[in-house]
Amino acid sequence: MDDTKRDGALSRFFAWLGKDLKEIGLTFAEGDWKTKLSFLIMGFGQLLRGQVVRGLTMLALEGGVLYYVFAFGWNYLKDIFTLGTVATHKEGRRTVYGDNSFLILLYGLLTIVIILALIYLWRVNLKQNREAEQRLKRGKRLPTNREDLASLFDKNFDKTLLAVPVLGIFIFTALPIIFMICIAFTNYDKNHQPPSNLFSWVGLDNFKELFGIGGEGFGGTFFYVLGWTLVWAFFATFLTYFLGMAVAIMINKKGIKLKKLWRTILVMTIAVPQFVSLLYVGKMFAADGLVNAYLLKWGWIQRAIPFWQNATYARILIIAINLWIGIPYTMLIVTGLLMNIPAELYESARIDGANPFQTFRKITLPYMLFVTGPFLLTQFIGNLNNFNVIFLLNQGNPKSMSLAKNAGSTDLLVTWLYKMTINDANYKIAAVIGIMVFLVTAVISLVVYNMMPSVKDEEGFQ
Amino acid sequence: MARRRKIGNAVVYLILILMSIIWLFPFVGLVLQSFRGEYGGMVDYLVSKQFSLVNYQFLFGGGSNFPRWYLNTLIIALAVSVLQTVVIICVSYALSRMRFRGRKALMNIWLVLGMFPGFLTMICLYFLLKQMGLTMGGAVPGLILISVASSGMGYYVCKGYFDTIPKSLDEAAIIDGATRAQILWKMIIPLSKPIIIYTALVAFMAPWCDYIFASYVAFGYEKGYNVAVAMTRWVWTNDYQGYFTRFCAGGILVAIPVTILFMCLQKYYVEGVTGGAVKG
Repeated sequence: MDDTKRDGALSRFFAWLGKDLKEIGLTFAEGDWKTKLSFLIMGFGQLLRGQVVRGLTMLALEGGVLYYVFAFGWNYLKDIFTLGTVATHKEGRRTVYGDNSFLILLYGLLTIVIILALIYLWRVNLKQNREAEQRLKRGKRLPTNREDLASLFDKNFDKTLLAVPVLGIFIFTALPIIFMICIAFTNYDKNHQPPSNLFSWVGLDNFKELFGIGGEGFGGTFFYVLGWTLVWAFFATFLTYFLGMAVAIMINKKGIKLKKLWRTILVMTIAVPQFVSLLYVGKMFAADGLVNAYLLKWGWIQRAIPFWQNATYARILIIAINLWIGIPYTMLIVTGLLMNIPAELYESARIDGANPFQTFRKITLPYMLFVTGPFLLTQFIGNLNNFNVIFLLNQGNPKSMSLAKNAGSTDLLVTWLYKMTINDANYKIAAVIGIMVFLVTAVISLVVYNMMPSVKDEEGFQ
Repeated sequence: MARRRKIGNAVVYLILILMSIIWLFPFVGLVLQSFRGEYGGMVDYLVSKQFSLVNYQFLFGGGSNFPRWYLNTLIIALAVSVLQTVVIICVSYALSRMRFRGRKALMNIWLVLGMFPGFLTMICLYFLLKQMGLTMGGAVPGLILISVASSGMGYYVCKGYFDTIPKSLDEAAIIDGATRAQILWKMIIPLSKPIIIYTALVAFMAPWCDYIFASYVAFGYEKGYNVAVAMTRWVWTNDYQGYFTRFCAGGILVAIPVTILFMCLQKYYVEGVTGGAVKG
């Protein structure tokens, strides 16, 4: 089933490619000299046909890209297979800087993407030429410059709106991610730091190190951290969900007064910046913190409870404190949704003699699960990457001798990744962990999303 | 029946009162500690022995860069709030209202990119900012740039809202000769006030908590810190004993305006998160 699907996609791609190449050939064969020259000088045909704006844009883009590639990008791109060969060294007293692997990889990738973009633009340029030629042949006139510009605010408004966001996301998200994926296949770490040292491609070595359990590998630690990440995300998501729902139902109960006050009190935890509240709460449970102090004073315990030093206590406490943060959030959402359940349903359930628990299980819960499916999924994914709660409370501690690479017992994959980047400069392994986080996220999202009953046609609402 | 309900309500009241105490306790503690005159970290009593304003005096007395950090954070928050909202409106409108080639592909690529953990790219972003001279002393514009540049990917809630505005309105406007730009400006934006306020509010609140990237970008350059970075360092420093009450005072000063703003706009926030939760 999957194979035929891929075959379909592949053959469709080649069919499309063949058709496109044929059309390029036709454009050349049937085109006049203006079009033919446009194969080399982009925008030439447009300029001569009076479409100055289009022509100049194309020409400027071609010039800019070619200038970038030859004056700048090529110097890096040519070394991308080796990531540099000349290390920084000393000649006498003088330090001679050699190749910088970081720059070679980053600008090499950028150059590749820019060249691909140029090929796409070139194709657009040919299409414009052919279209213009055919229009003229049929005796129609071409859109004027003024019309071209005006269409950027009407028919082509999407291009105007998306240009800046797409560019921003490319430079500050997509390119860095591609770069870091590549880093996972190099030996970039604290012994191979540009500009003083080179790093180079090492193939799958880092992945082997990750999964090679025992010996040099740290597979044990990885699965330990991954296991806790999943357990944490599960409890953090579902405990807050159900308890938050319970609180919302309680506040909504008939006869409860001051509804707004209760909600406002709870919502405080969303409003107050987390670094203030979590740092304070974290200190409250420290060995010399307020909680231990009072328990000692009242004589309930003899020695301070090591909340943050004991792995199990720390884990339970983190989940509990997360309830403090998470319950109000769920409560807000559920309160809004409770109003949407038809009151008649509850009315008839009451007449049939159902008790509150039964109405909850048969009416409220199914409705909520149906409606908030996507919310639960995003919450779960968000909790997998919930940096703030873990890091501000106890930085992933306590550390354990049995764990490799400075991992702590409450570290999530992301906090571990962060520590590797900041403390150990172990970029290659950080990149591998990042890819693993992506895989976990992607698999869970795909599986859950396809199981969800409320996945619906997005056009359905319009 | 009535008696059972009364007992039930009494239990609920009890739970709610207990919860309120738990929920408010840390904040009460924070306020009390911020006025504590005695030296030391966490102490084993809640109500301090002498009330004093010494911690607040320290914050504004030139002993620290607190006003500077506060201003940094405020500038970042305001700029990010405005720019991010503009970007998100643009993206949402294009994706919700217009049908163009590559639309699905674009949405899928962004979805996949969003599944990578944000800190993965930290060193690369730092390097890019450094090339532009936007680290350390330039941390404030640098952080604004980073937050705004990738904000287009957070279009989901806003697009979900735009999707619920009937398309027939657009069609009618087009027949009347309106351009797409006019539809966005004169029709969609006025109709989307709640979601725009929500977007701006969320964008405004995020920079107040931004510790991770901010500490990396401003590395070691005190004047480039935001409040989260500077004050987290106070708690994690070796001299934590001496700085703890000052941290509490600073925390109060940060929390008050943000909390008041949030409480005022709570209605819109609820609308946003509820809509976002349902539409995904």
